[in-house]
Amino acid sequence: MRLSRLSRTTLGVVTGLILFLVYVPLLVVLVNSFSTSTSLTWPPPGFTLEWWGRAFQSAGAMEAVATSVQIAVVATIISLLLGTLISIALQRFSFFGRDAISLLIILPIALPGIITGIALNNFFRTIMGVPLSIWTVVIAHATFCIVTVFNNVIARLRRQGTNLEEASADLGAGVWTTFRLVTFPQLRSALLAGGLLAFALSFDEIIVTTFTAGSGVTTLPIFILNNMFRPNQAPVVSVIAVVLVVVSIIPIYIAQRLSGSEQQRR
Amino acid sequence: MTDQQPAIRLTGLTKEFGAVTAVDHVDLEIAAGEFFSMLGPSGSGKTTVLRLIAGFEQPTAGIIELFGQDVTKRAPFDRDVNTVFQDYALFPHMSVLDNVAYGLRVRGLGRRERNERAMRALASVRLEQMAARKPSQLSGGQRQRIALARATVVQPKVLLLDEPLGALDLKLREQMQVELKEIQRDLGITFIFVTHDQEEALTLSDRIAVFNDGRIEQLGTPAELYERPTSRFVADFVGTSNLFDAERSRDLLGREGHHSVRPEKMTVTRDGLAGEGVVNVPGTVVEAIYLGSGVRLVVDLDDGTRVTVLEQNDRDRIHDDERGDRVVVSWHADDVVHLGTEVLPGISG
Repeated sequence: MRLSRLSRTTLGVVTGLILFLVYVPLLVVLVNSFSTSTSLTWPPPGFTLEWWGRAFQSAGAMEAVATSVQIAVVATIISLLLGTLISIALQRFSFFGRDAISLLIILPIALPGIITGIALNNFFRTIMGVPLSIWTVVIAHATFCIVTVFNNVIARLRRQGTNLEEASADLGAGVWTTFRLVTFPQLRSALLAGGLLAFALSFDEIIVTTFTAGSGVTTLPIFILNNMFRPNQAPVVSVIAVVLVVVSIIPIYIAQRLSGSEQQRR
Repeated sequence: MTDQQPAIRLTGLTKEFGAVTAVDHVDLEIAAGEFFSMLGPSGSGKTTVLRLIAGFEQPTAGIIELFGQDVTKRAPFDRDVNTVFQDYALFPHMSVLDNVAYGLRVRGLGRRERNERAMRALASVRLEQMAARKPSQLSGGQRQRIALARATVVQPKVLLLDEPLGALDLKLREQMQVELKEIQRDLGITFIFVTHDQEEALTLSDRIAVFNDGRIEQLGTPAELYERPTSRFVADFVGTSNLFDAERSRDLLGREGHHSVRPEKMTVTRDGLAGEGVVNVPGTVVEAIYLGSGVRLVVDLDDGTRVTVLEQNDRDRIHDDERGDRVVVSWHADDVVHLGTEVLPGISG
């Protein structure tokens, strides 16, 4: 498609402006993590590595990282298992209520986190009588992390069609052998992409977490929120924020590269 | 052949997809070692019959027997038939060798033996040197041969081929036709070949079933189908035919029912031909197309019927007919094929 010079310039400027608005604040956080000012004044009066050292020595922060990783890993594993199974069920079999189930699976990611949070909080405590803990957070995260796996896997299954599976069955392979040798290898990159997104989603989730975490369960986002406005903690929070940004970018970047290279191959 | 079990026997085979009947009470016997083609336009049910035999679809009604054994309810992996798919369906994440060895692998053969046998199968399609490649690195013709090797390495009793040459260009297609025929002769197994290309079916097959609307319209050898079509559909679909409907048949031929005459059975001259049983009809040349090996003439007979005549490029004939020339179209009464009297809906001619 060809655009006139004026529209090209306009679109370029608008795009630049939007990207500027999105990413400059992140850069500010990065700069602040080296600032000598504890109240994050701008421009920074000077630069220091002190906060980086302190952040990595802060027991609270390290513990919060460990908790977040733990929750994200378990929620991702649950999502991978259930997301793959439900995708195969919905894509390869037809049954009554299939479309309704498909909608119900995707819905949690569209629901406002606060609703999910309140609902699960109520459900766990008053109906199930389960005390809130790290596991209630895992279950809560899994409800929406499944969606990223589901979307990736079902799209792959749809594009793949059933030809390869039919060929495998035709050559004598039973259902499980076909899954192990043909279907699963075809899904591998979709699972990786979906899993990485699920991990990233769980890792920085705060609203649902707030409502479903037991006392003493402090994930990294909660730790940040708690420490953000405490005196002298702001630069440490900036350091953690920078680390979080990096940790989030890597899986997204890999996920995108994976689905990108898949598309190019076709 | 008569006292032997047929390789495939279909009895009352029916497949409905919702309200659509894709296959409608098909009865068919295919002999062991036969090269059998199912020919028909798209949507005629031929591919569905193939998928029913392979076991990818379950029939709504009817029985499928493989060498006398009822396999109707068996899963695809439990049937001694293998398929060469239209799009080849090679496993993209496996090497060519692993693709070919797949059927042996799932049967529990050790790596050494299955690789040996797969290499032999690859050698039979002359692609041993491609063993380490991925399918995406091969050309269409090579992929097609890999698919063939993969399906034959497990020594099926019946090989199903779903438009296997459809994606190849003409030259490669003709070459593969010869190769297919050779492989079938070497292996001595039954081939069931689905195609919409009538020329391909005529060239390759021992027998052909012409499918139309989920039913077998006619079953016979290529010569029978070509020389003696029993319906307008077959006359029109297999080769080219000049069709005369009931009214024209009465006027031109003095016979009841629909009739057809093949273009190559007609001759165009200035003054007509003499002889017993020769029909001479005057007309005007509408078009003359030089084909190299012959000339195709389109002639409007004086009663308005348009016919196509195929003239061979013989030494003693000079083809100088031009558009607008007055000519006489002749054919022998023996070459007129009777197509029945019923009016077939949906077929124009």
